[in-house]
Amino acid sequence: MASDEARKIAMGLHPLERKVLPHLKDSGLLSDLAIESKLQDVEATRALQWLEGKACVKLESVEEDVLAVTEKGKQAFLNGLPEEHALWALQRQKEVLVDDLKNILPAYDKDATGAVIGALKRLHVPFGTTKDGKPKFTWVDGLVLDEPLAKRALAAAGKTEWKLRLAKLDERTKLGVQDLLKRQGYAALLKRRDKKYVLTPLGKDVTKTKEATTAYEERLTPQMLSDGSWRKKKFRPYNVAINVPKKTGGKAHFVNDAIADIKRVWLDMGFEEMEGDHVQTAFWDLDALFVPQDHPAREMQDTFYLANPEKGVLPKEVLPAVKAAHEHGGTTGSLGWRAPFNDEESAKLLLRTHTTVLSAHTLDAIRQGKAKMPGKYFSVSTIYRNEALDWKHLFELHQVEGIVVDESANFQHLKGYLRAFFGKMGFSDVRIRPAHFPYTEPSAEVDVWDDARNCWVELGGAGIFRPEVTKTLIGKEIPVLAWGIGMERTIMRHYQLDDIRVLYNNDLEQLKNMKTWMR
Amino acid sequence: MPTISISKKELLKTLGKRLSDDQLKDRIGMLGTALEGIENDDIHVEIFPNRPDLLSQQGFSRALASFIGAKPGLQEYKVKKSGKKVIVDKSVEECRPHTRCAIVTKLKINDEKLKEIIQIQEKLHVTFGRNRKRAAIGIYPMEHIAFPITFKGLKPADVKFQPLEAKKAMTAQEILEAHPKGKDYASLVAGLSRYACFLDAKGNIMSFTPIINSELTGKITEKTTEVFIECSGFDERILEECLAMIVTAFADMGGEISSVELEYPTKKVTSPVLEPRKMKADVKYINTLLGLDLNEKTVKTLFEKMGYGYEKGVVSIPAYRTDILHQADFAEDIAIAYGFEHIPEILPNVATIAREAPFEIFAAKVRERLVGHGLLEVKNYHLISKELQTKRMNLELDVITLKSSVSEGYDSLRAWLTPSLVDTLGRNKRHEYPQTIFEIGKVFTKSREKTETGVNEMFRIAAAVSGEEADYTRIRQLLDSLFASFGVTPTYKETEHASFIPGRVARVSVAGVDVAYCGELDPKVLDANKLGMPTAVFELNLTVLYDVLRKKA
Repeated sequence: MASDEARKIAMGLHPLERKVLPHLKDSGLLSDLAIESKLQDVEATRALQWLEGKACVKLESVEEDVLAVTEKGKQAFLNGLPEEHALWALQRQKEVLVDDLKNILPAYDKDATGAVIGALKRLHVPFGTTKDGKPKFTWVDGLVLDEPLAKRALAAAGKTEWKLRLAKLDERTKLGVQDLLKRQGYAALLKRRDKKYVLTPLGKDVTKTKEATTAYEERLTPQMLSDGSWRKKKFRPYNVAINVPKKTGGKAHFVNDAIADIKRVWLDMGFEEMEGDHVQTAFWDLDALFVPQDHPAREMQDTFYLANPEKGVLPKEVLPAVKAAHEHGGTTGSLGWRAPFNDEESAKLLLRTHTTVLSAHTLDAIRQGKAKMPGKYFSVSTIYRNEALDWKHLFELHQVEGIVVDESANFQHLKGYLRAFFGKMGFSDVRIRPAHFPYTEPSAEVDVWDDARNCWVELGGAGIFRPEVTKTLIGKEIPVLAWGIGMERTIMRHYQLDDIRVLYNNDLEQLKNMKTWMR
Repeated sequence: MPTISISKKELLKTLGKRLSDDQLKDRIGMLGTALEGIENDDIHVEIFPNRPDLLSQQGFSRALASFIGAKPGLQEYKVKKSGKKVIVDKSVEECRPHTRCAIVTKLKINDEKLKEIIQIQEKLHVTFGRNRKRAAIGIYPMEHIAFPITFKGLKPADVKFQPLEAKKAMTAQEILEAHPKGKDYASLVAGLSRYACFLDAKGNIMSFTPIINSELTGKITEKTTEVFIECSGFDERILEECLAMIVTAFADMGGEISSVELEYPTKKVTSPVLEPRKMKADVKYINTLLGLDLNEKTVKTLFEKMGYGYEKGVVSIPAYRTDILHQADFAEDIAIAYGFEHIPEILPNVATIAREAPFEIFAAKVRERLVGHGLLEVKNYHLISKELQTKRMNLELDVITLKSSVSEGYDSLRAWLTPSLVDTLGRNKRHEYPQTIFEIGKVFTKSREKTETGVNEMFRIAAAVSGEEADYTRIRQLLDSLFASFGVTPTYKETEHASFIPGRVARVSVAGVDVAYCGELDPKVLDANKLGMPTAVFELNLTVLYDVLRKKA
């Protein structure tokens, strides 16, 4: 009586396993089993490996000698051995000069003359000389043309795809193998890897179960469903724990996934998305934000300026106020930079160096009544820095930035917003330290607590826009709270990447396998 | 951002207190500077560009001593009259019109101090001096100088002296071409017909500013006890500020500051001026901005912690503080003195309504459609090589170029997306085929209308199918499906496009507006990009399609 375990195994057998099962002996070779069960070697191998996984057989690797017949050997089998050609010629011509042998020999082995002479002599074909002293063989009737042993071995090999296993040959074939090996280039001796299986007691039990021979269905078919035959069928249980081949689908780029997610944080907090051009005049990108015209960051080695087109148009309405703020503070109550403001410098076209330029446009829109106040605005968008591409620098980055335009806002609110924002970003604690940005006063560096590394990590910047910016653009001094983070650094920390270039490598395998961004 | 080295021993001596490294790190951070690290006696501190006065051992120690309460309040600096003169000749007007000078005596210079002096000069040159363009500093031992000194614009041919680190006298031209400092700063005097030089009473050239000093007047050494200091440049206020930062640091080393009379052709100036600047403090403004309710007594204490003087609503700003333009700057310093960490947090209740940019919502839907078809999204840079988007696409195109790009091969803004996809496919040849990818992004073209920037920025989507089976049908199926999902019917018309196989490219329009190309890439293009697989592409203008869809709706 088979055990429950054996029955359970038998029920779940794969069709390939079912095919080998009736042919399993107490032990045997994989290659034999393949032949007996009429399976490809790979199929039989898989079946045995699965059975091994179920403890039904034990497998061990063995090596066996195999004669591998070459192309020349195959030709010899199909067209006749060289000595056969010689004998056929002798039978036809009754006499063959040794010198002529090379003309008689088959094309595949013209160099066999010496071997053929030996073979004819061993057959006792009369050997003499002509009158002028040339060596020759002479035909005698009654010479029996037995099947040469070499040909017997070739024939055997031909049945097993020209690979002859030497383990189980009869004596004559063995002699044939030796003959073949003596010849130049007819065959070679190889070691072939095989597997030896030994049936375990459990395996033996499995072969004896009823379930081992029961017909299980592999697939449920539409036919079975339409004719109702499924009612009488049994379906093979699968091993559901086994791995299946990998499949990858279409996917959004992981950086865009992260952008969408970070945007959600802002939207959850009631912020409105800002949009705008990548190409800006220095006026909007820098001057409107009170960056002095001789600020080092404006130099060509830090900022991408356009060569063609080179200059943009300055906004007539707000230019005078910005210019005044720079030169003497204008109506802002500031001293200003006390240096002449250069319109030409301001008209230069550049690739925006920060998304704060979008905030500048938004403040301008508020003055014009095109944007709301109080209002909260954000963007997660591309900025440019004239950097050489290396493992920690990109020339295109994403900046995450938000502003709050609210007449009653103050520094305490900024701290409150920062805790709310970074809390939603997944950080358990946040703190600020004094810092400097040209367009905010006060300015702060934002550190977040890194739970994994147990330390503070600098992640962003924050501040309140300078009056030289707000009074000029909005037309009224409103405290504008602003903060932002660099997105690439956040993503790199999340994915624990070391090389920033990996973000935009677009290696398709990497993109397929990238983990889904989760906050 | 510049980093300076501070001697911990000297710093603690100035502070008059023992602070642990952790306490130092905390206080330095909360002062508005950043501790980079401590190595033995060296403390490395990062200084923000608004505080050039902190770029020296002395300036930094002074601020920290005040901040931790060891030496609060305004530090007064006495200036004696030396009676010595510097004549500013009219000829400098056309090259480097201004200077401010001072003398410091009774110095005791050791190896440590020498390093500090070099650091002050170097750091100020690079930052506040904008690499010597805005302000150049010269410091000379007094022993070889005869007063009065003349600041004069010499004809280049008349400039000949032995510069520091040279073995013999050199002409201006030789200095600019062969001397290391000359080569570094030659661009600052390029095209000038006169070179600004300081000459002493004997007519010896002391320096050719902003390039190099003379070996004859020499360098500061440990034997130096008296120095002459000059700053030269274009803006008198900037030079005054620069000089104030230097002389106060020298005074903190133990020196005595003496003034010099500058004789301009039309005016006389006594230099340096270390009188604190007076500015009224608007306590209400400061309180409102910070959300605090500080009384005047507290405000006075806080101002003093930051090194200011405060009497009856008037703040005395030290001459070396160049960054105070507005009450907002006071507010920041008050916040720093109060401690950012002590300011309460409030999350205000302001009702605003969130709004995602409508186009972004549309783009997200488009992305979802293509991902649904099993396409992988890629993300390339907006900067691309001009060659890739024109020559390698078998196309001539007027693209927007950049003046200079540090990253080689990224010299233009992309005018279309397909080159980015072609490039991506070219870099993924080792991976499994077929490869189906898409990208959504901005493209940049010159505007025909007069706009603020003259550049048109449009969002597009491009998709590519690459592999043995890639053909027009496969790519068009994707495009058709995308249109269908938005309920629009496209029209496909035969067209010519140099990047595509003739006869296998369509111009696609929706509601009479051209929106896309769709076709099989020309083998010339595949070959130029080393792509070994047939590749079919569509490129669709999403900005235009979005407008069409909105009009329809």
